[in-house]
Amino acid sequence: MNHTIVALVEDKPGVLNRVASLFRRRAFNIESLTVGHTEQAGISRMTIMVDSDDQNIERLVAYLYILVNVIKVIDLTQTPKVTRDLAMIKVTANTESRTHIMQFVDVFRAHIVDITNSSFIIEITGDEEKIEGFIDVLRPYGIIEMVRTGIVSMARGANTMVSNTNGNGQYAQTPA
Amino acid sequence: MKLTGAQILWETLVKEGVEVVFGYPGGANLPIYDAMLDYPIHHVLVRHEQGASHMADAYARASGKVGVAMATSGPGATNLVTGIATAMMDSSPTVFITGQVTSKYIGYDAFQETDVTGITLPITKHNYLVTRTSDIAHTIREAFYIAKTGRPGPVLVDISKDAQQISIDWEHDNTPIRLPGYRPDLSPVSKDIDQALDMISRAKKPLILAGQGVILSGATAELMEFAERANIPIAMTLLGISGFPATHPLNLGMMGMHGEAWVNHAIQDADLLLAFGMRFDDRVTGNTKTYALNARKIHADIDPAEINKNIKVDLALIGDLRSTLSQLLARLQPLSHQEWIGQIMDIKGDSSVRDIVNLPDNQHLYAAHVINDLWRHTSGDALIVTDVGQNQMWTAQYYKQDHPRMFITSGGLGTMGFGLPGAIGAKFGRPDKQVWAVAGDGGFQMTAAELSTAAQEGIKVNVAILNNGYLGMVRQWQEFFYERRYAATPMRSPDFVMLAESHGLTGIRVTTRAEVEPAIRRAEEMEGSVVIDFRVEQEDSVYPMVPAGADLHDMIRRPIPSPLVETAEDEI
Repeated sequence: MNHTIVALVEDKPGVLNRVASLFRRRAFNIESLTVGHTEQAGISRMTIMVDSDDQNIERLVAYLYILVNVIKVIDLTQTPKVTRDLAMIKVTANTESRTHIMQFVDVFRAHIVDITNSSFIIEITGDEEKIEGFIDVLRPYGIIEMVRTGIVSMARGANTMVSNTNGNGQYAQTPA
Repeated sequence: MKLTGAQILWETLVKEGVEVVFGYPGGANLPIYDAMLDYPIHHVLVRHEQGASHMADAYARASGKVGVAMATSGPGATNLVTGIATAMMDSSPTVFITGQVTSKYIGYDAFQETDVTGITLPITKHNYLVTRTSDIAHTIREAFYIAKTGRPGPVLVDISKDAQQISIDWEHDNTPIRLPGYRPDLSPVSKDIDQALDMISRAKKPLILAGQGVILSGATAELMEFAERANIPIAMTLLGISGFPATHPLNLGMMGMHGEAWVNHAIQDADLLLAFGMRFDDRVTGNTKTYALNARKIHADIDPAEINKNIKVDLALIGDLRSTLSQLLARLQPLSHQEWIGQIMDIKGDSSVRDIVNLPDNQHLYAAHVINDLWRHTSGDALIVTDVGQNQMWTAQYYKQDHPRMFITSGGLGTMGFGLPGAIGAKFGRPDKQVWAVAGDGGFQMTAAELSTAAQEGIKVNVAILNNGYLGMVRQWQEFFYERRYAATPMRSPDFVMLAESHGLTGIRVTTRAEVEPAIRRAEEMEGSVVIDFRVEQEDSVYPMVPAGADLHDMIRRPIPSPLVETAEDEI
């Protein structure tokens, strides 16, 4: 099944390569990987979707901790969470189809961010299911280009990945 | 003070307590070599960078200190790769320092440029590319800290030539190292210690599986006290050898593919396995689906990633083994398992008739005899470094090591060519010890050029070549599993006696059992290094043998020898 792993890593050259290389070397298949800055300078956050069983995910988390630049890892799969993916979809829009597409955009709470005489770019955010659903309804109109950011995820509630600090304001590591 | 990057490097190495480095100069590390002359660190010039990597590795394993090797960029660095991977698989605390092309040329395919940090990423514990002089000192300090703490391993630092050359104002920095993602100091919680003690007290047939973690954590004394108080027999992994005295009555010997039959049977029969600092390697378990099915398992290891990796365990004690054992000892009650030990000893007794050292002298020179004689005539007190293959297994079986860090071998990676450079490195680590390399004719020739290094350094390492004219272990597999089709295993060798003499060393040829002892004595007495060419039985095999992937109890045994049978291999 798909697991959602979130890792806080040091923002240093080569760290993404170390993480990606670990997945390759240990024969794990990455479905989606996103990386970006966090609220703390010098710390990046990765959200990694990986298809594997529970026992292998335990191993994977332990391997991630071995990497010197990896500070904290959690498996959010079973945790109540907010998951988002962003897609930009360029779709053919002629006089006939234009209104229909705009209605779908409304229903899905997407936005049209670029218009020409023959096309739209539509931006949509949501979980994977919503985006897949939107793509399905647009497909008959002719999707000519699409890009997706990959998934980011955050646990619901007031707890944070940082709330488990070691007292020095530093991220504390939880052993696997 | 105003120092170049190269000088800062040496300042930092001196501060880290480095006494010797093994290496080879070249274009991209010339500034480092130029600065070296002004610092009190001995440099050993090797004949191939692979030799330097094994020397640093074996130096570390023999001394317990961090081993250091250096090489230039490109081919110098890639030649280190085999040794780095060897150190990684066997958790050897080592630091590798490579020169890199000037930073503005990095990425432009400059002369002798390779992406060394990229190449070594999966075979180092951590690695660094340094392109600024001001980063050299703290990176080297971090490298040593990471190499020797937690589960030890190799760390590579690649330093661009301009970073070596530029001068900056610099003072030693003693601030503590800050690595927010690195936590080498895990320890088990007391609830788990309680559960372990409970499982131990209930076991009727417990068995300790001792790995290299015993040696790395310095837990020899604690293991002895634990085993004696709980009266639990011990089986050794290949790298665990020397962590517990071989002559101790509770030491059963080696487990696994070429482990003793009674040890493998005991594992399959046990009701509790105490895995101490070992990792259930496939050479140790055989078929994991049938491995120790009767036993509950406690796994004490410093590396959380080893838990449940190969064998699912009932309880994990994650932390430094020495402190874990101390926590267990604090509340361990004396136990007795004499009946269980008696059962194992019965099997051991039945096996002894198959032991080749109990064979009458039939004019054949068996490798096992050579190792057994080497053990006896060196009073079991030589530091032994093996190569890989049959020679390694026979040495593991017949050289009864009693003291830690005295048996050094490439276990995880199984690197042929490790023996001779390993022995040279080990001698620098333990100059007080008599050091022997045991190698086959194949492995010896992979790194034989390092004889010249030993000669130039004027150090004494003796080399026992078990020369059977084959790549023996591969030949053995061909004999057992490939219908004796000896593809590419017969090997012609140079005259090893003349080879030794051409280096200004002593060479001795031994063809009969009677010549073994005098040759060993002479090697001990000679001042310089001695190479002994033991012309051993050509088609002898290592027994017992668990075929790869077979059940651990499913061993090919040495046929019970008859004095009339000249070679026994027809009776498998």
